[in-house]
Amino acid sequence: MGDPVTSIASWLENLLLGWGLSPGWVVFVMTVLGVFILATFVLVLDIFLVWVERKVVARFQDRLGPNRLGPFGLIQPIADVIKLLIKEDITPKGADRIVFNLAPIMALATVLLLWAVIPMAPTIVGSDINVGVLYIVAIGALSTLGIIMAGWASNNKYALVGAFRTVAQMVSYEVPMVIALLVPVLLAGSMGINSIVGAQNQLWFVFVAPIAALIVLITSIAELGRAPFDLIEAESEIVAGFHIEYTGMKFGLFYAGELLHTLTVGALISSFFLGGWRGPGAEAYPILGVGYFFMKAFFLYWVIMWIKYSLPRIRIDHMLNFNWKFLTPLSLVVLIVTAILHKVLENSDFWVYAVVMLAANLLIGWVTLQILRSRARVERQRVAEPRSVAVPPSSTISNPTA
Amino acid sequence: MTALQIVFFIVAVVTIFAGLMAVTVGNLVHAALWLILSLFGVALSFGLLSAGFLAVAQVIVYIGAIAILIIFAIMLTRRVATDIGSQINSGWPWAAVIAFVLCGGLIWMLREWPGFSTLPPQMSARADSLSMLGMALVSPNAYVIPFEVASVLLLAALIGAIIIAWERK
Amino acid sequence: MIPLSWYLIFSAALFSTGLFGVLARKNAIAIIIGIELMLNAVNLNLVAFWRYITPDAITGQVFAVIVFAVAAAEVAVGLALIISIYRRRNTIIAEEIDMLKF
Repeated sequence: MGDPVTSIASWLENLLLGWGLSPGWVVFVMTVLGVFILATFVLVLDIFLVWVERKVVARFQDRLGPNRLGPFGLIQPIADVIKLLIKEDITPKGADRIVFNLAPIMALATVLLLWAVIPMAPTIVGSDINVGVLYIVAIGALSTLGIIMAGWASNNKYALVGAFRTVAQMVSYEVPMVIALLVPVLLAGSMGINSIVGAQNQLWFVFVAPIAALIVLITSIAELGRAPFDLIEAESEIVAGFHIEYTGMKFGLFYAGELLHTLTVGALISSFFLGGWRGPGAEAYPILGVGYFFMKAFFLYWVIMWIKYSLPRIRIDHMLNFNWKFLTPLSLVVLIVTAILHKVLENSDFWVYAVVMLAANLLIGWVTLQILRSRARVERQRVAEPRSVAVPPSSTISNPTA
Repeated sequence: MTALQIVFFIVAVVTIFAGLMAVTVGNLVHAALWLILSLFGVALSFGLLSAGFLAVAQVIVYIGAIAILIIFAIMLTRRVATDIGSQINSGWPWAAVIAFVLCGGLIWMLREWPGFSTLPPQMSARADSLSMLGMALVSPNAYVIPFEVASVLLLAALIGAIIIAWERK
Repeated sequence: MIPLSWYLIFSAALFSTGLFGVLARKNAIAIIIGIELMLNAVNLNLVAFWRYITPDAITGQVFAVIVFAVAAAEVAVGLALIISIYRRRNTIIAEEIDMLKF
């Protein structure tokens, strides 16, 4: 009773076999149906995300958000979709038509591809491949490609500059993300996401590797291109970046793709670190697993929105410094320490293992903060000392910098 | 024709067609995009050959890094906004002859080999090729030395590329 | 059941396509595209032989991984060279880069 999806799937399979189809064709039809249902479900969720985004940003900014259309403004996203559909579809002169039209499709399709490997319940997973983590990195690489196509095909130098910056940011932030993603792979002993969720049966990985979780969160926000890393669509600087020439529903595809990608990132981080579908009673009633999974995914979506609406934008040189001079060495240190401790404590009791890992992570965090603090102190001293400026002899200014 | 054969046939035709377009199309960015399609077809072929890790690594390394590098280089080295003139040089009939002779010669010579039409053997007891690959790359009895040499090569390439492309003011 | 011959013919065709690209194109970057096609054909060959002849020994896949690394290094250095040449000579047509020094 607690597993409606599997029972419906087996009923359908028996029905198709009863109609006389060969087993190969039955598998094919079931797969196509599964793909169709998953894609539809995820895309309908995407429309709901538009409403969530607008309501939450409104609350962060101390206002109400859309509340006129329907109860609590729930019909608002549908109005948005209708508005985007009836807008004029402009292709700029000199733009490469095929690539121009292909880019928003790729931007949304690569996000949908990610949902194929995320386990939503013990028995509901699109495709249980044993290199799931690497698959996610690969799809991230494909989405970078969609952005270059968009920026280049627009025949617009701002779009091209925006696309270059975007790709530089995304490719740079992939490095600490992959290194930090190796930590749950190491702890679970497998690259398959189902196995990683399965290995968290005693304790969620966020308590055993909190710094790795934090690094994955920060680099995922940078990969998404959301604030504070939203230099790529900085309206005040490069006029909306690579999607400047897109109108109507094509822009809608980019926007919806970004929101869906945020939710997907939330779902992935919850699978890697917060136990995915795990919760009380999830193994016995898989439908509860789906509920826990979405609760955790939406909680992380809310955290990402919280970060977006509280922090100012980061400058591009600060962003690259942050990545190469801070995140990459930190993630390497975390990976090495975790690997050594994992091997040394292989045969010891589980709670000893967990406490030692957590203590090591806290130690690394504390040392990092001390280093940052001393560096900041040096920087403050350098900036605060009175610099010689040309003062007129009659002036009485004694300390030019307050 | 089983389903697997149909899938292989489609993948092979698309890959070779994309490769042909990549080497003949005039607009370089289009050539790079056809190359990406061809690389993706090769990744699918790796998947058909039960080398799942290599399929995903192909997408990450080739499409996610090399193809993007090529597109960047194309965009940074354009004299005018559109490419002028034909992109095929004057010796192309000879190049086509050489390519055909090579392809035909390879296939003809391989047909003499008795193992040419072997059928795929069963993968023994679902031996996990991923963990075998990992162990082989770091085991002293296996391939740790080529692995380390490849790392040094990548470091040398990294440093070399930065120094070569450094803009001297 | 797909016999080995299909994969070998596929990779031979891809290799010849890459060879045509290297020999018949003017732009240096288009030549690099041809080189990439050839490297991919070689990788495909290696993995096909691994799967069909020695699926128990992992040597074929290790070879393919090393080829990945070498291809990435070569493309990086090659493109850096091309960008450097473009900065000095303002051209990347292979026929026009024919003098060692002005």
